Amino acid sequence: MQSAATEDPISRLLSVERVTKEYKTDGEPVRALHDLSIEIGSGRFVALVGRSGCGKSTLLNLAGAMDFPTSGHVLLDGIATDQLSETQLTQLRREKVGFIFQSFQLLHTLSAIENIELPLLLAGHGNPRPQARERLVSVGLAELADRMPHQLSGGQMQRVAIARALVHSPRILLADEPTGNLDTATGNSILEELQRICIAHKTTILMATHSAESASFVDTVVHMRDGHIEEIVRS
Amino acid sequence: MASLSLFFRLIVRPARREPARSLLIVLAVALGVSVVLAIDLASSAAAGSFRSSMETLAGDNDLEVTAVGGVADQIVGQLAILPYSIRVSPRIEDHATVVASGETVPLIAIDVVAEANSHKDQQVQDQNVDSRKIETPKIDGFKHINDADAIWTTRQLAGKVGDKITLLINDQKRDYTVRGFVPESAQVNGNVVLMDIAAAQNATGKAGHVDRILLKVPEQPGFDVWQQKLRAVLPSGVELNAQGSHTAANRRMLSAFRWNLGILSYVALLVGAFLIYNTISVSVVRRRADIGTIRALGASRNTILAAFLAEAAVFGFVGAVLALPLGRLMATGAVRLLATTVDALYISSRPGSLSLSGESVVLALVVGIGVAVVSALAPAREASLVPPTEAMARGAREYTIRVERTRDAWIALALALAAALAARFPAIAGKPLFGYLSALLLIAASALAIPALVFWITSVASTTLRKFMGVEAMLASRSLAGSLRRTSVLVAALSTAIAMMTSVGIMVGSFRQTVITWMDSQLPADLYLRPAGDPSADRHPTIALDLTDRIARLPGVESVSRFRAYEIQYEGLPVTLGSAETNLSRFYQSSGFLSRRPAKDVLKELLSPDAAIVSEPFANKHHAKAGDVLTLPLGEKLVKLRIVDIFYDYANERGYVILDRSTILRYLPDPSASNLAVYLAPEADLETVRNEIKASAAHSEVLIFSNRDIRHEAIRIFDQTFAITYALEAIAILVAVMGVAGALMSIVIDRRREFGLLRFLGAASSQIRKLILVEAGLIGILSNIAGVVLGVLLSLVLIFVINKQSFGWTIQFHWPVAILLGALTGVYVATVLAGIYPARIAQRLNPIEVVHEE
Repeated sequence: MQSAATEDPISRLLSVERVTKEYKTDGEPVRALHDLSIEIGSGRFVALVGRSGCGKSTLLNLAGAMDFPTSGHVLLDGIATDQLSETQLTQLRREKVGFIFQSFQLLHTLSAIENIELPLLLAGHGNPRPQARERLVSVGLAELADRMPHQLSGGQMQRVAIARALVHSPRILLADEPTGNLDTATGNSILEELQRICIAHKTTILMATHSAESASFVDTVVHMRDGHIEEIVRS
Repeated sequence: MASLSLFFRLIVRPARREPARSLLIVLAVALGVSVVLAIDLASSAAAGSFRSSMETLAGDNDLEVTAVGGVADQIVGQLAILPYSIRVSPRIEDHATVVASGETVPLIAIDVVAEANSHKDQQVQDQNVDSRKIETPKIDGFKHINDADAIWTTRQLAGKVGDKITLLINDQKRDYTVRGFVPESAQVNGNVVLMDIAAAQNATGKAGHVDRILLKVPEQPGFDVWQQKLRAVLPSGVELNAQGSHTAANRRMLSAFRWNLGILSYVALLVGAFLIYNTISVSVVRRRADIGTIRALGASRNTILAAFLAEAAVFGFVGAVLALPLGRLMATGAVRLLATTVDALYISSRPGSLSLSGESVVLALVVGIGVAVVSALAPAREASLVPPTEAMARGAREYTIRVERTRDAWIALALALAAALAARFPAIAGKPLFGYLSALLLIAASALAIPALVFWITSVASTTLRKFMGVEAMLASRSLAGSLRRTSVLVAALSTAIAMMTSVGIMVGSFRQTVITWMDSQLPADLYLRPAGDPSADRHPTIALDLTDRIARLPGVESVSRFRAYEIQYEGLPVTLGSAETNLSRFYQSSGFLSRRPAKDVLKELLSPDAAIVSEPFANKHHAKAGDVLTLPLGEKLVKLRIVDIFYDYANERGYVILDRSTILRYLPDPSASNLAVYLAPEADLETVRNEIKASAAHSEVLIFSNRDIRHEAIRIFDQTFAITYALEAIAILVAVMGVAGALMSIVIDRRREFGLLRFLGAASSQIRKLILVEAGLIGILSNIAGVVLGVLLSLVLIFVINKQSFGWTIQFHWPVAILLGALTGVYVATVLAGIYPARIAQRLNPIEVVHEE
C-alpha cells in the first residue's frame, strides 16, 4: 500500500483497495496505477493533482465504474464494481455517478436543457424537464435553456455539463480537468460552483487537475506521481 | 513522387484503416458498373442475333426482292431470264420446331439444284456462297437433292448423315433425313435446317411462292442503276431493297427497346454516384485537419484536388475491374430474359454469344472511373478550398448546408417546374430525350429538396419519437438533422433507388392492369387455336384449311373466326398485317378505339373496300391518324388503304394493320389462318367442345387454349417480359442499402466520442445499438417518403411521356398497392438490417478510449 486517506467507515463512499491497473500498448504492459489505496468519504471535495500520465484519469475511470482494476478492488458506496454485471454497472452509474469532462462533451445536436435531461432519459425517466430546469437554474443559466451548445461560451458549456452531471443527484461527481479549457476567471467560477454543490448537496467530488490553484477550493489534495499517491494534504 | 506520397498518406492510409467501408463502396461501384455492362452485353446478344443465321447463310448478295404473302415463282423465272449477268437465288425462310428437343430453329430453303450446278461452275464459284456452305460427303455429293425429305443441318442437331429428324412446320409433323452438315466455317449462330426450295414450299404451304429472292449484280454500271433496271420489271407490289434491309429494319425497331433498357441499367450507377459523393464528402469532412496541415506545409489547392479525385478514381477503377467478371456473369442470366422479351414483343431471337470484348473493358473502365471522378468533383473541390485556419472547424460545412436548405428547396421547385415543362416536348428521332431530361430534373429536384425535408421531418418528429420509441429515437433523429449533409446524400441515394422501384412498379402494374382490362374486350371467344411450337411476334405459321372447316361444323360451335397474319414492312419498320372476320357478331364487340366510337360502327366501316384499322403503337410510330391513307404492297399490287380508326393494342410493339378478311383475300388469296377463335353456342359445354376439337385435330399439331388459359399465358409472358426490370431495380436497391451500411459505419466512427459519452452518462450498450438501428430505420423511412413521392412523379413521366413516345401504348394509371407496400417494407427492413453490423461496432467501442481521444 502506497498511501491512504482513511475515513470513518460509516461516511466512506469510495474505497480503492490496493489497486493496480495495467494497459497494453503495442503489446507491452504499461502500469497506470500501482498498488494504490485511498478512501474518500461523503461530501468531500478531493483534488487529484499531478503531471499528465500520473494516473489521475485512470483513477477517475475506476471510481466511476467505467473501468476495472487489474488487481485490487474498487468499492463505490460499499459495492465492489468488479463483481457487477454489465446491466448492474449501468444501473450503478445511472444512480450514483456523474461525470464532468475537460472538453465539456455536450451533444451539439441537443439544446442546453436537452443535454441536461439526457442522463434521466437514458435511465428511463418519463418527464425529466422539471428536474433539468431546476439544475439549470442552480448553475445560473435559466435563460439559456434552449440555446444550442455552439451558442454558449466555454464557461456556460461547462456549467451546463455540471448541471447534466448532477441532474440525477449522484453520490459522487467525477471531474476530469473541468477547468482545463477555460480561462482563469471562468475556471475559478466553475470551481466555486463545484464547491457550492459539494457543500449544499453533500455530493462527493473527485477532481483530476494539474492546477495548483485548484487546491484552494477543495478540502483534500491528493498528489499523485507515476501511478501512486505521493502525498495527501487536507485543509 | 511527392504527390504519390501525399496520396498514400492522405488517402490510402485512412482508407486502409476502414477496410469494410472501402470495400462496400468498391462493391457498390462494381455492382453499378456490372449492371451497365451486363445489360449492354445481354441486349446486344439477345437483339443482335435475330435472323443472323438467315443472313449468315445468305451469302454475298446486293439486293433482295420481297412481297407480302411471298414472291411468286414466276418472278424468279422473269429475273433469271433477264439479259443481265445477275445471280438469282430464291429462298424460303421460315421456322421449324425440332420435335425431339422442342427447339425452334430457322428453316432456310434454297434452290439446291441451281446452287449445286453453280457450285460446279468454276466461273461463278467465287460468287456463290450458299452451296459452298453446305458440306456433303464427297462421294454422295448432292445425290439426295431431289429427295423430298432431305435436309442439311448444323452438327448439333444430328449425330451423323442419315439420321432421321422430325420437324414441326406450321401445324404438321414431318420426318426428314439429314443429308449433310453446315460446316462450322460458315459461323452460323445457333442451329439451322436447310432444305430444297420445292420441299420447303410443300412443307410450309407456300406453293408457288418464295419468301425472298437474293440478287447479285455486277459492279457496273452501279448499284442504283441496277436497282432502277430491276424495279422496272417487277410488279408494283413487289419490293426491291438492298440486301439486309429487313435486318436493318429490325434493328431500328429494337433500338427504342434497347435504349430504354440501357437507360434503366444506369440507375444503379446513379445510386452508386450518390454514394461515392457521400464517401468522398465524409473523407473531406473527416480529414479537414489533415488537409489544413498539409496546406500549411506547402501543398497547393490543385494537389489536394488531385488527391481526392484520385481516391475516387481508385474506387472507380477497382470497382470497374471487379465489374468485368460480375457483369459477364449477370449478362448470362439477363440474356435469357431479354431474348424472351424480344421474342414476345418484336421478332424471333436467338441469343448470340456473350463476349467480353476490348470495347466492354473500355466501357466498364470509362463508366466506373468516369462516374466516380464526376461524383467526387464537388467534395474534392471543397477539400481544395479548405484554408489552414478553418481546418479545425468541423461543423462549418454542416452549418453551411443548414443555412442553404431553403435556397436549395426553391431551386428544387424550379427544377420540378422545368421537369413538368420538359415532359411536354415531343420525342426526338423516336427517342423520348425530353422525357428522360424530365426524369433527371425530377431526381435533381428531389436531391435538392431532401435537406429541407429531412430537417423538417426530424425536427417535427423528434419529440414524438422520444415519446413512442425512447430517448434513443430522439438522439437518432437529432443526429440525422445535425449531420444534414451526410443524411441528405444517403436519403437521396436510397430514395432514388426506391423512386425507380416505385415508378417502374407503378408503370408495370398499371400496364399489367391495362392489359388485363384490354383482354376482357379483345378476347371474346371461348377457345383459341394456334399451331404448336414457340410463339414469336414475327412468326405466323398457319393451320390447315380443312381443320378450320371441320371445327366450324362441330356441334356446339357457333362460329369460327379466322385470323391471318403476315409480316410486312412499312416506312422501313416491321409491322404485322392481319385480317379477321369482323362481321361476326361477337368479334371486337367491345373493342376500344381512340375515337371512342362504338365498335360496331367502326367495324361496319371496316367492311367497306380497302378500309383498315391500325393499332396505337403503329399510329404512334408512323404518325398515322384516322382518315389517313396507307399505301401497302399486297401481293403484286400497291394498295391504298384508308384508316377507319385506331384501336388500343398491347399484343406487341411492332404495330398492327388490320383488314377485314374479305379485303385481304382480294389481294392475298391464301385462305389459311394463323389463329382461330372459336365461339360456342350458348348451351355448349366448353370441355366437351374442346375434346371434340382435339379429336378433329388429331392429325394437326395445334394448341388449344380456353379463354382463361390464354389470358393466363398472356400475363405469364407479360411478367416474364418485365422480370429484367425488377432485377435491375433490386440491384439498385442493393447498391443503396450497401451504401447505407457503409455510411452507418462512417457515422459510428465519426461519432464514437458521442457514443462513449452516452455510456458515461448512463447509457447501456443496448441503448447504443438501438440508437444506430433507429437511425438506420429513420434513414429508411425518410428515403421511403422521398422515394415514393419522387417515384409517383417519375411514374407519370414513364407512363405518359417515355412509354408513350417510345412504344406508343396508352397505359391507364393504376396503383399496385400490395406490391408497393411489400417492396417498401422490404427496403425498410433491409435498411435496418444494414445497421446491425455498424450497431455492433458502436456497442463494442471502449468509452474511455473514445471519449478521451482528441
